[in-house]
Amino acid sequence: MVHGEAWTLKELFVYPNEYIYWTIQIVMYPFMTGLVAGAFVLSSLYHVFGIKELKDIARFSLVFSFALLPVAMVPLQLHLQHPERGIEVMLTPHFTSAIAAFGIAFSTYGMIVATELWFVYRKHFVETAQALRAKRDKSLPERGQYFLFSALTLGAWDISAQALAKDEKGVKIMATAGIPVACLLHGYAGFIFGSVKANALWTTPLMPFIFICSAVVSGIALCVLSYIVTMEIRKLMVTWKRKSDPSLPTPEEIRTVEMFEVTMTARYLVLALLAALGLELLDLLFRDYAKFHSWEIVRTLIYGKDFVNVFVIQYGLGNLVPLVLFLLPGLTVRRAVVATLLVLMGVFMMRWNLVIGGQAFSASFAGFMHYELPVIPHDIETFKEGLIGAILVGIMPFVFFWGLIKIFPVFRCEDSH
Amino acid sequence: MNRRDFLKNSITVIAGLAVPLSALELINPRKLLAKKDGESAVRWAFLVDTQACVGCGFCVKACKTENGIPHETNITRTWVERYVVTKTGKTYIDSPKGARDGFTANRIDLGEEGHQEIDKDDVEKAFFVPKLCNQCENPACVQVCPVGATYQTPDGVVLVDRKHCIGCAYCIMACPYGVRSFHPEYKTAEKCTFCYHLITRGMKTACVDACPFGARKIGNLRDPDDPVTKTIMSGRVGILKEQYGTKPQVYYLALSREVK
Repeated sequence: MVHGEAWTLKELFVYPNEYIYWTIQIVMYPFMTGLVAGAFVLSSLYHVFGIKELKDIARFSLVFSFALLPVAMVPLQLHLQHPERGIEVMLTPHFTSAIAAFGIAFSTYGMIVATELWFVYRKHFVETAQALRAKRDKSLPERGQYFLFSALTLGAWDISAQALAKDEKGVKIMATAGIPVACLLHGYAGFIFGSVKANALWTTPLMPFIFICSAVVSGIALCVLSYIVTMEIRKLMVTWKRKSDPSLPTPEEIRTVEMFEVTMTARYLVLALLAALGLELLDLLFRDYAKFHSWEIVRTLIYGKDFVNVFVIQYGLGNLVPLVLFLLPGLTVRRAVVATLLVLMGVFMMRWNLVIGGQAFSASFAGFMHYELPVIPHDIETFKEGLIGAILVGIMPFVFFWGLIKIFPVFRCEDSH
Repeated sequence: MNRRDFLKNSITVIAGLAVPLSALELINPRKLLAKKDGESAVRWAFLVDTQACVGCGFCVKACKTENGIPHETNITRTWVERYVVTKTGKTYIDSPKGARDGFTANRIDLGEEGHQEIDKDDVEKAFFVPKLCNQCENPACVQVCPVGATYQTPDGVVLVDRKHCIGCAYCIMACPYGVRSFHPEYKTAEKCTFCYHLITRGMKTACVDACPFGARKIGNLRDPDDPVTKTIMSGRVGILKEQYGTKPQVYYLALSREVK
């Protein structure tokens, strides 16, 4: 069986070599990079534009963006037929290819986020290391911790007011530099699709901008959602722990979801959502009006075969409903959770309709292909490029985040900038 | 001149002549010709006569055997399409298994939709169109390869380096003609090479040799005396999907407007 045959159904005339070659992992790839870029832009709102109300969520989203970063390349790696050669994209890039820029965009962005994180948390590293150094009879984990935090300081132990002011400046510079790089990282993912002239659905110069706007939408939505969920979990855990130890603070005393942060962030989400929706509808309107050679088959797909996916799930449930939920006065935590979940689903469906939809018709314009998502894997390929593979990629950032908050205290305000 | 001087002068002359002569030996005339005006002396092109094709599928079978594509695999480097246009103007197209076994039945294969019987009296026209890689002058597949594993030779053929292909499928996405796929064993991008291993040794491609009706021909566009070149230059030939700007180098005689 050749690659793609396991999940492709052909209808009418399709060229013999055509299959759905880009599957759910290529849906996950722009979805995950979008979350990375969006989360970073959200954190920059506080650091660059000084929107003080977003302090909590900004630190949260910066760490979350860092946790998402390694996951952004996992789907690419999983879809390669020769994953062991994947590194060659970075080592021997062929610069006429849009994908060749991946290594540069990705590593530049990674370095910027890492540097910014270091500036934000350097004081915490130094204090933790010093506290551990002062401690006598360190246990083995404590000794490990001491070495880890000492290494993380990179030898910069000065935490005088002057040095910290410099740190703050560093954060601002990195956050400022990070915005265009985050946009580049994701805009170029859009370019990868938008520049494929052979694909009637993908080819549009608007693609990078559509990608950036929807990235900001999804990134903010995920940060708001995770912020609310983690805060609520913390509250539950404290209540539970207090049963055995009443000296612990009450759930009311610990930091909980700050509603004004959610409301404020939702405002930016709505703006980005409107921009993304505007661009997407402009693209659709233009295609419908210009009626290129390919329009007939694209129309059959969008208005016919994929109608529910595109208009009901993506635009309706994924865009319009959350827009109404956010815009109605008196936003509550519960409503924000529902709206952000719908937004995330909407952005995911946008990627799905683009990646899978773009391959749903033959280059002959005389036939269609259907993607049957492998749910239960029966070999390595249907595992990697099926539901299980996608779920693994979806879970990974949360696992990384859980590990990272052991080093970067996201929830303690006084430790950092 | 005494004998000693004669020998001395002879050696000088021989040594003197040896330098330019050895230069002639070292420089391969074929290579010199190839470098003329910075262009290769060879530019491979293909000519398909759709009037001559009967859809026997011998070319597909020969190609699979010659190029190591497993017979049962549902990918193929070359294939034949059947077009049936009815009196009502409806066009039916199919290419079951790439026409590996030829078109032996009248019914049209519609994939998941099943089969369609067409009454002979309803047929306005019907014809076959062989397809293969167009070895584009401006190949989109070469442009998009992130590691440069696919490349264009100086004589115009696009090849894939199986040792470097990472299997990202970007080239498959970029080709407007659907000629690329993945090899089931090597797991690398697979495509028609005009049987590069044969044509560079003065032989014909497997499909050209297998065609009993002369529907497929290969030639050198840089040779004005090549019969293929003569037909392409002076005949009425068409190319596929000109709008993509890829400058395909497979030319079709009697190309009908229904051809996709």
